[in-house]
Amino acid sequence: MVHFTAEEKAAITSLWGKVNVEEAGGEALGRLLVVYPWTQRFFDNFGNLSSTSAIMGNPKVKAHGKKVLTSFGDAIKNMDNLKGAFAKLSELHCDKLHVDPENFRLLGNVLVCVLAHHFGHEFNPQVQAAFQKVVAGVASALAHKYH
Amino acid sequence: MVLSSADKNNVKACWGKIGSHAGEYGAEALERTFCSFPTTKTYFPHFDLSHGSAQVQAHGQKVADALTKAVAHIDDLPNALSDLSDLHAYKLRVDPVNFKFLSHCLLVTLACHHPEEFTPAVHASLDKFFSAVSTVLTSKYR
Repeated sequence: MVHFTAEEKAAITSLWGKVNVEEAGGEALGRLLVVYPWTQRFFDNFGNLSSTSAIMGNPKVKAHGKKVLTSFGDAIKNMDNLKGAFAKLSELHCDKLHVDPENFRLLGNVLVCVLAHHFGHEFNPQVQAAFQKVVAGVASALAHKYH
Repeated sequence: MVLSSADKNNVKACWGKIGSHAGEYGAEALERTFCSFPTTKTYFPHFDLSHGSAQVQAHGQKVADALTKAVAHIDDLPNALSDLSDLHAYKLRVDPVNFKFLSHCLLVTLACHHPEEFTPAVHASLDKFFSAVSTVLTSKYR
């Protein structure tokens, strides 16, 4: 289980408070689909994903990105019990969505890149390390119910 | 995984903008790697890994110089990086998983310092480039 120190929790909550979840969500999901194009396999019904600009401007990508990141924000409120918080979503991703958990790790790292891009120097090594723990914890929690 | 001409152009343009900061970014990427992925420190028991360490600065410069060479020879990475490939295979034997950690932290470092350059397309090209370099460096492992 992931344990967060008081400093890590503070760094994470403080930075997250400044995140525009709608924008960052669309950016993160868009970049996932651009940088790792095979992840588009889950989004056949999203319409035009034929170019970088099409993906980044796609309204369904933005909407879904917002959904995903809002859920991620819930994780930040439940850092001490990520497995509990994501149990239902884990079942959903396995039984209904059939998403390989490796995709959660890819998205987590893309999110870290988006945060770095947005916050620049504020996203220092210690803050990054705290976020790496969160994204790893979320990925692990989402994979926990797989069978 | 093949680097398209667009990828190569993106990488060259981005690396060109970095210029003389490459060494500084190499060191920062290493620091980020050690912080976020503590298992990577096992390869540097002989280093002072504290913030600002001269050894980490020097090593960051080394890594950056190798990447600069790779960018200059982007059409023939296996040849350009052959000696480094031998070094990693026979002497250093860094587990392949660690190249992903350093590559990710290089992306994070560039995103922090060059937000205008770090568009989704350039992000993708850089990720592919670091992946290609990593593949060459681990190509002689077995």
